[in-house]
Amino acid sequence: MANLKTSEKKTKAQSMGLHTEVLTGKTQQKFFNPDEAENFYYWGTYDVDFNKRIDLDVMDLDCKEANRKIDDLMSQGYGTIVIKNPQGKHSLGVGILNKLNLIFEGSLGYFGVGSIDGPTVRINGRVGWSCAENMMAGKVVIEKNAGSCFGAAIRGGDLICKGSVGARTGIDQKGGTIIIGGDAGAFTGFMMQRGRIIILGDVGINLGDSMYDGTIYVGGKIGSFGSDAVESPMTKSDMDWLKRKLKVAEIGENFDLSKMTKVVAGKKLWNYDALEPTEKKGAI
Amino acid sequence: MCGIAGLIHRGKSSNVGSELQLMLQALKHRGPDSTGYALYAENDGKNFIMRFKVGENVGEGSTSVNEDASVYDERKKLVDQMLKELGANIVKDEKLTPYSYRYEMQFDKDLMEFSKKIESINGVEILSIGKSLELIKDLGDAAAVSERYGLGDVKGTHAIGHARMATESGVDIKSAHPFWGYPFSDVSVVHNGQLTNYWNNRRVLENKGMRFMSECDSELIAVYLAEKMRNGATLEEGMKDSLTGLDGVFTYFVATKDSLGMAKDTMAAKPLVLYESDDLVAMGSEEIAIRSILPQEIDTYDPFDGEVKVWRI
Repeated sequence: MANLKTSEKKTKAQSMGLHTEVLTGKTQQKFFNPDEAENFYYWGTYDVDFNKRIDLDVMDLDCKEANRKIDDLMSQGYGTIVIKNPQGKHSLGVGILNKLNLIFEGSLGYFGVGSIDGPTVRINGRVGWSCAENMMAGKVVIEKNAGSCFGAAIRGGDLICKGSVGARTGIDQKGGTIIIGGDAGAFTGFMMQRGRIIILGDVGINLGDSMYDGTIYVGGKIGSFGSDAVESPMTKSDMDWLKRKLKVAEIGENFDLSKMTKVVAGKKLWNYDALEPTEKKGAI
Repeated sequence: MCGIAGLIHRGKSSNVGSELQLMLQALKHRGPDSTGYALYAENDGKNFIMRFKVGENVGEGSTSVNEDASVYDERKKLVDQMLKELGANIVKDEKLTPYSYRYEMQFDKDLMEFSKKIESINGVEILSIGKSLELIKDLGDAAAVSERYGLGDVKGTHAIGHARMATESGVDIKSAHPFWGYPFSDVSVVHNGQLTNYWNNRRVLENKGMRFMSECDSELIAVYLAEKMRNGATLEEGMKDSLTGLDGVFTYFVATKDSLGMAKDTMAAKPLVLYESDDLVAMGSEEIAIRSILPQEIDTYDPFDGEVKVWRI
């Protein structure tokens, strides 16, 4: 495993406002052998074929029935599932811990595709509050607008909304990247702890309020900075990363990056340190 | 939690009774205790419509005290007598349930004095007065209330409604939404959220002669806006003022004879999804409310924090 204490990667990451803690102790231990295939699958996941495609009409199903049906189709090896008529139903597509190509032909209600780890999701409509909450990995693309608490507490993956989002986007974010093509509401990045948020449009009041760490890039106007959120100079690393990320995300590829404002934590409110509990004990 | 829904057809009438029922039924999980409708119906506009209650619904999980049904008839007689004394001419009267009535009447004097006199009768509450407003609220879900009051065929231009989960006050009709903007005809309000400076505002407004019928914090919005309008503010001005005058978390709708408005608090803590087109605006606490009347793919969005919008028919 790379030594993050001394590597160039660490310096680069720090210059972008990321990974400012020093990883030591247990975080450096190997807990599994990456050569053993079974370590890459959760219990109850399936080997699916992306070329095996099926449509699922959920018009007359409630969310529990629809989610069971998706699971059932994955168990049959379907790797591409197209959901028809989601009609704003809540909690559709949650808890998928599998590689999967999931397409929603319509809009989702609250808690859509929450707690996922791995699937690639495209939603050809709008999503309600708390979309992709607690997402671990994968990619979610929303073609229209999103509600509040978009990407709450995500740990990883890419979450992309091509339209505008409500308040508290990326609240409690712990990793991953959230990209917004339009505007974002108040308290964006509230208490975020790590990860990155990119907003190409304007953002509301109290941006990055009480953020611990992480980085927010804003392309438009900022309503106001939240407590302990501060502007930081853009670096070449930031520019390179943004350019690549926006291109991969199929959004704002030609956006003028010189308009971007970078916002990070002032760390005046920091109330924790980089040591793990056992290390802290040793230090005392 | 509570769910709110509203819609306005611009330039035409529609079956707003059944449309709002579908929207509120879709939000039943947000508020199963009571349901209320404020329908702006296709009336001839000549007479006032007064809806009032002479008692509470004591079934369906009500927290109200049971009363002998005979007192309802006594109270109704007193109302009729008072109307005569006040010079109101009753054109039509309908008994809707043992405890609620709908009167069509002719009256051309001060509505505030009128309302004070009617409500001085013990146990009587005016739910609404208006020339197009039909305000109906009762315990039960949207379908049950609609069936009980025959709302399925009501045609009109706009409507707001509420599915209530009782948190701050009892399960009863007096605490159910919508609230009438006493003493203004045709003004109604529904609210989702909690107001934390209710008592401070209530004391101030009562000292200014405004009336509260319940201890439900949401009633404050109707009274607050009515007081602003009494002092010459437009509806929109009153709503913008409420963003700082009211403390807490809220999304509320207010409707008048020819308009529908929404306001969202500065924390954007309560949900609202909005659909706007040239001829229809529909909004609700959740997208499923809008989908219940517009199943086709449409563009919707969440209004931002501190937003106030008003649409006219």
